[in-house]
Amino acid sequence: MKGSLVIVSFFIAGVLAGLYGWIPSGVITDSKVSYYVLCGLMFFVGLSVGSDTKTLDSFRSLNPRLMLLPVITIVGTLAGSAVVSIVLKQRSLAECLAVGSGLGYYSLSSIFITGYKGAELGTIALLSNIARELITLLFAPFIVRYFGKLALISSGGATTMDTTLPVIVRYSGQNLLIVSIYHGFLVDFSVPWLVVLFCSL
Amino acid sequence: MLTVVGLMLLGVLSGYLLRNRNMKWVSRVVMALIWVLLFLLGTEVGANDKIVSGLPTIGMEALLITVFALAGSLLGAWGLWVWINKGKA
Repeated sequence: MKGSLVIVSFFIAGVLAGLYGWIPSGVITDSKVSYYVLCGLMFFVGLSVGSDTKTLDSFRSLNPRLMLLPVITIVGTLAGSAVVSIVLKQRSLAECLAVGSGLGYYSLSSIFITGYKGAELGTIALLSNIARELITLLFAPFIVRYFGKLALISSGGATTMDTTLPVIVRYSGQNLLIVSIYHGFLVDFSVPWLVVLFCSL
Repeated sequence: MLTVVGLMLLGVLSGYLLRNRNMKWVSRVVMALIWVLLFLLGTEVGANDKIVSGLPTIGMEALLITVFALAGSLLGAWGLWVWINKGKA
């Protein structure tokens, strides 16, 4: 819980800094800064994994059933998005499925959906998929405790090979690193196809 | 995307070469970088007028879709987790 609170406060501090312009605008609009931080982060995650030879040994005994995880993530997300269209009367089934199938890949899905369905749904896709990434990062300890270690990977959707990977390694364990990368790669790849499919329905 | 994965592989290789040293400090660096990244993500959200002004109205719709989509994924992954661990007991 303490870990999540620290993460939330860093995020809120960032929002306030962005809102009131405490950071020079060049730093924010030019998102290369966060990209470089991400690169540094990935190197250190790799460093902690590579020096842990016990974990490397565990990759060999990986359960083949874990290979099903990306399919379960996508099917679960689509099922949930279908249910929400009953509650959200102003949104059609196809619209909810299109937003849901962004799977956390907010930059790409919002651009696609804005192109096919207009700026309003595109903005919803942006917010919804940022929220997916944020919820994964902020509630990681909670998700692992109540739904298990795989649920955190499922929650990260398309982001589990980059932005949410460090958090997954931290809370689900280093022995799921390969599963997380494999999952992120496949889900990431399926996002453009799914979004375009549901936009054209 | 390839650069990010490549850097991680470079890290894995470096870590393997340094495997006999004390590497406990690495997890502290990882945590600090996660905080920096979250702060930067916050600044992007806060500085984007489109996101800030859209939050109260369509933000709720977006959040509702996210919560249901996540619930579906979490339940599925929980089922797989139970199925995988059943054989071990």
